[in-house]
Amino acid sequence: MKFLTTNFIQCAVKGCQSSDSSFPLKYEECELVAETQEFKPEFLVHMLEKINWSALVQVARDLGNDNLPTEKPELDPIMEDDVLILKDLHNLLVETNILNGKMICNNCGHIYFIKNSIPNFLLPPHLCN
Amino acid sequence: MSRPEELAPPEIFYGDTESFKYTSSTRVQHIQAKMTLRALDLLNLSPDEPHFLLDLGCGSGLSGEILTEEGYNWVGMDISPSMLATALDRDADGDLILSDLGNGVPFRAGTFDAAISISAIQWLCNVDAVGNDPKKRLLRFFNTLYASLARGGKFVAQFYPKDQGQIDDILSAAKVSGFGGGLIIDEPDSKRNKKHYLVLSAGISDRSVNLEGAEMEVSAKKDKRKLKKLESRKSFINRKKETMRKRGRVVANDSKFTARKRRPRF
Ligand SMILES: C[S@@+](CC[C@H](N)C(=O)[O-])C[C@H]1O[C@@H](n2cnc3c(N)ncnc32)[C@H](O)[C@@H]1O
Ligand SMILES: [Zn+2]
Repeated sequence: MKFLTTNFIQCAVKGCQSSDSSFPLKYEECELVAETQEFKPEFLVHMLEKINWSALVQVARDLGNDNLPTEKPELDPIMEDDVLILKDLHNLLVETNILNGKMICNNCGHIYFIKNSIPNFLLPPHLCN
Repeated sequence: MSRPEELAPPEIFYGDTESFKYTSSTRVQHIQAKMTLRALDLLNLSPDEPHFLLDLGCGSGLSGEILTEEGYNWVGMDISPSMLATALDRDADGDLILSDLGNGVPFRAGTFDAAISISAIQWLCNVDAVGNDPKKRLLRFFNTLYASLARGGKFVAQFYPKDQGQIDDILSAAKVSGFGGGLIIDEPDSKRNKKHYLVLSAGISDRSVNLEGAEMEVSAKKDKRKLKKLESRKSFINRKKETMRKRGRVVANDSKFTARKRRPRF
């Protein structure tokens, strides 16, 4: 699962979707791999608009990366300097893959496992909505 | 021939053998590709802007491969581990999520710009587990899908309804969840090639879905102001670059430094 996806995926339990503590999920024991992907600056700028930056900083920290700025950068793909930052973002968001690990909901405590880069969001019967 | 939906639950029906058979059949590849392109045609997305898409019941990634070829980034959801494993083997570019559509779409509000589903949602009309209520599952599916789409986000689903009852159940769940739109039937008179497409919109968008020939009412009233897109994105960027250049700024792909090697910052 791409790092980007951690900024959008949330607990599948019905009651958790209205709770503030359920997003982002908490990431533990994650094994990361880098994967080369096509660089699409326009796409990144588009996603940056949607990104919840504080959640991004929090998940990056879970994964052992403390280097993100606290404020969301404003980037324009036509500016040379901004393109350099967009390449870094591409590297982090699109090319960083969580191969194995756990995602935990801070509201209900359910643990979602990531195996072979696929997160398992199937719910046990008692949590089905 | 009986419908796959009547033989076993999806994650059992699409086990290792069937996933392989399905995915390696050139006939299946061809049909799925054709229907995916038709779904994109119905979505009618602006070619000038990037879009983040969701593929519901993505299976082994046959529909997703077309999305990649067309330049879209996507996330796929499917209930069959074997189908997803096949997608991994085929190096699908989208992220893959193992999940049951009947339990909802687990993404926060406004995540996706649009969604597609090819040959999957008829499965939601089945009772595959004790206590499953198809109407409840359809509602949960459409409600959470609606929320996960950006305002005005569109959803096109090709599906194989068993009968009119399934069409009615699907349309009414979509409507109750707030979607506008309807059903398009391609080649309605051909027994073999007849195809059903659900064409929906989550609120009003500046480019509506391609509803030529749809048979249900559409939420009309478009925002006139949004409609006047006078300038294409490309010419806008070029004009902006020119302005920046005049101000003596270094704009992208103008610079000899573009390819220099450096360490990532983050
Ligand atoms: C005919 S395949 C289509 C796959 C892909 N969209 C394509 O075009 O090749 C139908 C897929 O729907 C999936 N499916 C059926 N019921 C589902 C459910 N409740 N949740 C998620 N996926 C489901 C199946 O596992 C299967 O992979
Ligand atoms: Zn939860």
